[in-house]
Amino acid sequence: MSSDALFGIHGKALEIRSQRMAMLASNIANAATPGFKARDVDFTKALDAATADQPASTDAAVEGNIGYRVPVESSLNGNTVELPVEQTQFAENAVAYKTTLQFLQGRVDTVMQALKGDN
Amino acid sequence: MSAPMSVFDIAGRAMSAQVVRLNTVASNMANAGTVSGSEASAYRALKPVFTEVSDAPGVSTVKVSQVVQSATQPTKRHDPENPLADKDGNVWDAGVDSAAELVDMIETQRQYQNNVQVMQTAKQLTLDTLRMEK
Repeated sequence: MSSDALFGIHGKALEIRSQRMAMLASNIANAATPGFKARDVDFTKALDAATADQPASTDAAVEGNIGYRVPVESSLNGNTVELPVEQTQFAENAVAYKTTLQFLQGRVDTVMQALKGDN
Repeated sequence: MSAPMSVFDIAGRAMSAQVVRLNTVASNMANAGTVSGSEASAYRALKPVFTEVSDAPGVSTVKVSQVVQSATQPTKRHDPENPLADKDGNVWDAGVDSAAELVDMIETQRQYQNNVQVMQTAKQLTLDTLRMEK
């Protein structure tokens, strides 16, 4: 049995959430770097690519779906990081990561229960 | 290539860069009231230059590539009483904009805080992941 049969898409989803967290952290880290262009990954597309028929790595799936953030209002020094946007995305991504973790926890609990039998 | 940067590297190095920036602000504020006998020797505000450091697409942190003197010029003031005054009775006040430095300090503080928050969240999620199969 492959691990995917047990965990479904949640394993890949957790990896992509983790990689997205690093990208959003990069944006927040570079909030004051002149000329820095904020980036983000399209989660849905990256997950689709990672779970497609061929065993694609999440690294490649994420790399192929990176886009630049379109700023609400552009700044003079060319930096496109908008902290409210980045912080919101970061928080949302953290909650989604936690949710995925809960799904995985549920699967693990189920298997543990099956292994332990009736108790 | 070494292991890709983790959220901890990203936020940690950004915090270091913000500390350098806070140090320059402190230097500038400390020297804001200094007076000099010539324009050349007058204090000019120091400004860090932030540059992006990346080792993988989409993932990057920040470093201070250099610290440069700001373009704010020292102001000439006629003060013959001052022992530092040149032969025309002029002294030069440090080229520091105190209000701008204060704004810079607050911005530095906020951005440092943001990175601490990022690190805290990442730590919590990592611990949650580790504890998953308890």
